[in-house]
Amino acid sequence: MLRFVLRRVGLMGFTMFLVSIGIFASTELLPSDAVDVFLGRGATEENSALLRAELGLDRSAPARYFEWISGVVRGDFGRSLYNRAEITPLIGRRLVHSAILAVFAFFVAVPTALIAGIWAGMRPDSKSDRVLSLVGLVGISLPEFVTGVLLILLFSSWLAILPSVSIILPNTTPLDRPQILIMPSLTITAVLFAYIMRMTRANVIEVMQTDYVRTAVLKGLSTREVIFRHVLPNAMLPTITVITLNFGYMLGGLIIVENVFAYPGIGQLMIWSINTRDVPLLEAVALILALTYAVSNLIADLSYAALDPRVKLE
Amino acid sequence: MTIVGSIFSATGQKVRDALSFILLTNSGRVALPLVLVFAVLTLTGPWLGDWLPHAPTYMPSPMADYQFLPPSSQFWLGTDQFGRDVFSRVLTGATSLVITASAGAGLGIALGTVVGIGSGYKGGWIDEVVMRIMDMLMSFPTLLLALLVLFTLGPSRINIALTIGFVSMPTIGRVVRSTTLSLKTLEFVESARLRRESTFHIMFREILPNVMPVIGVEASVRLSYAILSVASLGYLGLGIQPPSPDWGLAISTGRQFLVSAPWIVVGPMVAVSLLVIALNLLADGIRESARRARE
Repeated sequence: MLRFVLRRVGLMGFTMFLVSIGIFASTELLPSDAVDVFLGRGATEENSALLRAELGLDRSAPARYFEWISGVVRGDFGRSLYNRAEITPLIGRRLVHSAILAVFAFFVAVPTALIAGIWAGMRPDSKSDRVLSLVGLVGISLPEFVTGVLLILLFSSWLAILPSVSIILPNTTPLDRPQILIMPSLTITAVLFAYIMRMTRANVIEVMQTDYVRTAVLKGLSTREVIFRHVLPNAMLPTITVITLNFGYMLGGLIIVENVFAYPGIGQLMIWSINTRDVPLLEAVALILALTYAVSNLIADLSYAALDPRVKLE
Repeated sequence: MTIVGSIFSATGQKVRDALSFILLTNSGRVALPLVLVFAVLTLTGPWLGDWLPHAPTYMPSPMADYQFLPPSSQFWLGTDQFGRDVFSRVLTGATSLVITASAGAGLGIALGTVVGIGSGYKGGWIDEVVMRIMDMLMSFPTLLLALLVLFTLGPSRINIALTIGFVSMPTIGRVVRSTTLSLKTLEFVESARLRRESTFHIMFREILPNVMPVIGVEASVRLSYAILSVASLGYLGLGIQPPSPDWGLAISTGRQFLVSAPWIVVGPMVAVSLLVIALNLLADGIRESARRARE
């Protein structure tokens, strides 16, 4: 087990190294650099050259990459181009906001999807199964910004019970006004629900057809016992993978949802850094998001291996 | 081009068979007509724009008389913040969105197929290196990767299509590779090798036609993802730029008038949702008919 974990962590470290090179290289391809952003079009050649030297931008790309990545490893992402603010505390704050939203959405989406999936899987092709499939299909199909705007129309414009933007006031946390979390997490739930529900349903149907479940039914166990002792433990394994893999989807979904509701999380920070052409900030956000994704994949693999005795660890 | 031609003529009959199979499923019956409507809209979009009484980019004068008009018999879905007719903009908005998304999905499928067949058939260190690169690309959430690529390239229709092709390549590449791996040990590939056919011939004339059904299922899913991505990028302001009637863009610019003029966003929202629902239903239909065909 330990060797397996070490190997996977090592592989992840190597992938992240490649990813960091990829991010750095992609911003290197930009036609303009930080100096152009700072000084604008009216800059003279000498001024640009001076500032470039001062910021260290006249050095070679590998040297700058090395400086950047050694800072990153120490937890220092440098300063934002936009207002020279330190990036690390800014990202930390935004990450906390996003994490709160993600956890909130997860606790809404996962239990409802699991219950719906088990319900539908126990009675495939029944009326309620078809209704749930349809709900899932619509949930998957609507883009996040459509679901979000629909919710705003319903709860803010029409019913006027929820705020239409999820702004966080300075020196407060999202938990001080939990109502701002409701619509963003419902938007994420719309998509998550469908994925998890479909997977759970398929797994429950599959497990229901196995010999051991038939035996359990034939030997006279109650439906409840069959579900909790035999169906659930076996149907849950692939579902856990789907849940953890959806963490990756959530990172992308968060980018859109946070922008729809003006929620100050890491996704909104990313779009902001793109619009202000704030390269150091964008690099930092991209790296953090990729790392989060990699870690969640690692957790998916490990939890699968730990829970399923049939998975052989090399 | 002869290879592409022969594949198309050989698959022409198969496509007709597949369509009739798809129409036998419930989801297919609902989805195909809807998809056809959207296809027609896409193709007639530019022409519709000239023909409709209220051209989609036309700003009437005096503009103030036509701004924020609620739906009426003259303007079926009302008018937007520039006094433009929302209905005609929704109709013509299909063109740039669907063409950009299809180009992106098509590119992704083509790249993924070549990479998947090549890597799966060649095996060895080529396979190893290609798959590590795919792993790296997949270690980004798709939207994040798309945003990074688009940031580097700058927003334009071609760049959006390139970006979507690039980010959907790894997924298709993996699916095609695993199918190729199971095909390459079969007798028809073996006999082609014994006939001393070229690697190119084996990869694209022996293996490719047998990978096609897998690609067919993947294609409709990829297209609906591509449409979601183009619309989302448009919403985030990084996709197709104004004054294009792109649905995502129309929703993001109309969002600020949500309280006073909600009709501006309703039309594009319904349109983009219906299109993606239809494509996902079609994907279900294709999957279902493929399952039935196997049985």
